[in-house]
Amino acid sequence: MNPTRRDFLKLTTIGGAAAAVFGFDLKPAFAQLRTLKIARASETRSTCPYCAVGCGTIIYTIGDRAKNVTAQVVHVEGDPDHPTNRGTLCPKGSSLQQEIMNDRRLLKPLVRRPGGTEWQDISWDDAINEIAAQVKKTRDETFVEKDAAGRTVNRLESVAWIGGCTDTNEFNYLVVKSMRALGVVHLENQARV
Amino acid sequence: MSQEILRIQKISGHAGSVPGEDTQRQYTVCKLIDTTTCIGCKACEVACMEWNDLPFGETVFGNTYQTMPETRWNYWNLILFNEHEREDGTLMWLMRKNQCMHCAEPGCLAACPADGAIVQYTNGIVDFQQANCIGCGYCITGCPFDIPKMNPKTNRVFKCTLCTDRVSEGLEPACIKSCPTGCLHFGSKVDMLDLAGKRAKQLREHSNFQNAGVYDPQGVGGTGVIYVLHDATKPEIYGGLPRDPHVPWTVKLWKGPLKWLGNVAMVGGLIGLFVHYLRFGPKAREDEDINPRGEKS
Repeated sequence: MNPTRRDFLKLTTIGGAAAAVFGFDLKPAFAQLRTLKIARASETRSTCPYCAVGCGTIIYTIGDRAKNVTAQVVHVEGDPDHPTNRGTLCPKGSSLQQEIMNDRRLLKPLVRRPGGTEWQDISWDDAINEIAAQVKKTRDETFVEKDAAGRTVNRLESVAWIGGCTDTNEFNYLVVKSMRALGVVHLENQARV
Repeated sequence: MSQEILRIQKISGHAGSVPGEDTQRQYTVCKLIDTTTCIGCKACEVACMEWNDLPFGETVFGNTYQTMPETRWNYWNLILFNEHEREDGTLMWLMRKNQCMHCAEPGCLAACPADGAIVQYTNGIVDFQQANCIGCGYCITGCPFDIPKMNPKTNRVFKCTLCTDRVSEGLEPACIKSCPTGCLHFGSKVDMLDLAGKRAKQLREHSNFQNAGVYDPQGVGGTGVIYVLHDATKPEIYGGLPRDPHVPWTVKLWKGPLKWLGNVAMVGGLIGLFVHYLRFGPKAREDEDINPRGEKS
């Protein structure tokens, strides 16, 4: 077939008119639903770190925990099975993803020396050793065996312990045991988890 | 997968039938917002931003606790804080979670000329399809609640999706899940109306709110978001909630009679042209016309 220019124009016009009349839609679907962004994400239970209520959260990370995947947090929401909050979260808790992913979040221990103004990097081993040494030194210097009336008290008043709100019962049990062994009386933690 | 669950029953600017119309026996989903137990904590606002991964923009301080003056194209859920003076002179907060109402007869969808830019699923959710949006902004005119907002950079209009992605997979919307006081509920429209009615009755009988009632405006065919109000006779005090919202008459006129008149005029014009051609034939050439050879005839 070797159409002339006139034939070509005719065919185009007829074809266009036919498409317009009989309907010709190239779009396969009218609505493309957004897919659920946590459909196959891994769920990890955790506790909100903010206040003493201790709401349960679920942290959603990409991947199925396979060896070659670096988990990335995509969403955090309330844990519906948690007796405290049953799935709800306050505005601070609802924004936990931003807390986890925050570029200003501390990921390693830092130390500021007495009189210093700068925070310095320190390894976990060095930090723990240094804290232990300071506790030992303080305890040796300030341990109170007897009070003013002469009664045996064996207490350490110059050291205090403050816990965080994600501490579990088990962790707090260990804290109380170890701190009481040192003689620490100022014990408090925010956790009621 | 999801398409099997969520079919479409209304499409904007669409000629011809709609694939999901009358094909499914599905319940209508509904959000119930009990304004009497809202404490204005904004957990729903944050949950909405987190789930939809929306960026938070700069805003202005308007002398209240309200996050910003009105919803934005990237801020779909806003608690409106209203200080209300009671008849005895005491003050009370009226806090209202403002978002898309998911009307049964949506003004945005009626006004939209772009094929498939606004759809309504068979479960009642009204959803914008930004890929089909042409950025004309007619939906903003058509909405009686002033909800759709234009992204000035891309000229696409956005609003609350009622978490279509979650609801189609069987989850509740993000805002509903977060609410710590339980003032937000989610379920079928029938169940939510029942729950709302009971709550309003409780307020009338056991609290000092004789005018407590349910807000489910029939002017737009009922809404997929209903409120329990302390005073259902004065919805305006809740940050300008319209008493009897309607699709604007301009939109109705333009999409109804004017559209048909326009079509008739167009077809009539074509027929007239054809008849004129048959009666008088092609335009006669004048003597001065030049024939293809360039000679005078």
